[in-house]
Amino acid sequence: MATALPVRAQVPAAGQATKQHASWSPYDDNGGTVVAVAGDDYCIVAASTRMSTGYSILTRNKSKILRLNPKCVVASAGMQADMETLHKMLHSRHVTYQFNHRRPMSCPATAQLLSNTLYYKRFFPYYTFNLCAGLDDEGRGAVYTYDAIGSYERVGYGCQGSGKELIQPVLDNQLKAASPLVLPQQQWLSSLPLEQAVDLVKGAFVSAGERDIYTGDDVEILIITKDGIRTDSLQLKRD
Amino acid sequence: MFRNQYDQDVTTWSPQGRIFQIEYAMEAVKQGSAAVGLKSGEHAVLATIKRAPSDLSSYQRKIFKIDDHMGIAISGLTADGRILCRYMRNECLNHRFVYDSPMPLGRLVRQVADKAQLGTQRSWKRPYGVGLIVAGHDESGPHIFYNCPSGNYYDYKAFAMGARSQAAKTYLERQFETFAAASLDDLVKHALHALQASLQDGELTEKNCSVAVVGGDMPFTLLEDDSLAPYIAAIKEEEPAAAAGMEAEGAAAEGDAAAGEGGAAGEGEQQQEQQGGGGGDDGGEAPMEQ
Repeated sequence: MATALPVRAQVPAAGQATKQHASWSPYDDNGGTVVAVAGDDYCIVAASTRMSTGYSILTRNKSKILRLNPKCVVASAGMQADMETLHKMLHSRHVTYQFNHRRPMSCPATAQLLSNTLYYKRFFPYYTFNLCAGLDDEGRGAVYTYDAIGSYERVGYGCQGSGKELIQPVLDNQLKAASPLVLPQQQWLSSLPLEQAVDLVKGAFVSAGERDIYTGDDVEILIITKDGIRTDSLQLKRD
Repeated sequence: MFRNQYDQDVTTWSPQGRIFQIEYAMEAVKQGSAAVGLKSGEHAVLATIKRAPSDLSSYQRKIFKIDDHMGIAISGLTADGRILCRYMRNECLNHRFVYDSPMPLGRLVRQVADKAQLGTQRSWKRPYGVGLIVAGHDESGPHIFYNCPSGNYYDYKAFAMGARSQAAKTYLERQFETFAAASLDDLVKHALHALQASLQDGELTEKNCSVAVVGGDMPFTLLEDDSLAPYIAAIKEEEPAAAAGMEAEGAAAEGDAAAGEGGAAGEGEQQQEQQGGGGGDDGGEAPMEQ
């Protein structure tokens, strides 16, 4: 992995002009899944707390969520070293923003900042798969989903990380609008009641935990409303 | 200060071994409105008189938060002050990023001082025309530092700068021995009393001064307007008879003010202590401070 000594790849027999190259990688995938669901006046963000490398568990209790301010959080799956640095960067930028603007950053502003920060390292990316989530300027739930180099889009719900393929279809089934032909056009259903949405997220994690080895231990759940951020947690299997 | 042939350049010494440009820069600090800083065993407090260029404009900000554990009060060229403020904020942010801990005050004020010194020894620069009182709390407790345009910095128990600051200094010199054990509320009241001494005309109100507090248990917090009102009311009660004159109705007003106040810990004491020498009816106990 990232800490192993470089190993020279073997060169084939003479006559073949193949270059030697080291097989050391600066990246490592620490696993884990993050999910966010937006409602009319709430936003739920959840992240598994297991951190792994290869087939080993490094810790069962690592948070993947950065709370920038009561209206906006960033959740990142992927390589935790890059995640921590990215989160520290965003936090510093947020402190500076508050000094200059005398108020905290809004969620859409943070979303744009995150995109720019990721693209800044276009040629040596942060190995992080991010969700930016919170309440938008009108108090409605907002979720923004990213790739590693900053391409982003606002969505009604999103997930990233090792359990993404297991959870995304479940959310699509429950939250996506029935048909693109329904008018007025909407990409996701208007919001479920809060408790129902929390249960959906919990159920999704339990399901993902069954089959994704990197998702397990605990799930840290944040419920963001105009009254602040409430936390909940869900215990998953430790296997 | 009178003009002479040695004061044109910061790179010119006078025959007496003075650099007049630096001294002139220090004059600029004295032109700004008064600011005081003081500390106890637990907290540090800043207090400043707010000045507005005209009735139509808002007050100049004099207190700036640098980080959760530190802030500054400036006196002199506000524009220069904002540059130093930005520098200090950046240094603190970087320190937190790299070391995951708050920047120690002594180190930052030394860096600011070294930055200021550059302006005293480069022919293409000029000294900063602003004095900073840096108040903060770090691992070694609360601190008050003064950064001078000369590039010097000083560690103080209490300090005052700006217009008519000598009067404030005199108050602080008389009282500073009581600061170490003072509660936060008492410390703020001392700061306001010191500031009061520098006010030429008019009364100290929550509109014309601003206060900031910081301590181990308390992040840097600005107190202005409503949050400052209880302290202003409290010091009005304590006004020594000599300064305010004897006003019998003052005692009645104090009672109202005290009843209306929220939770400042010192308030309970104030209700018992009226002016010993003044016209108060209940002058049984000696006033806490003169």
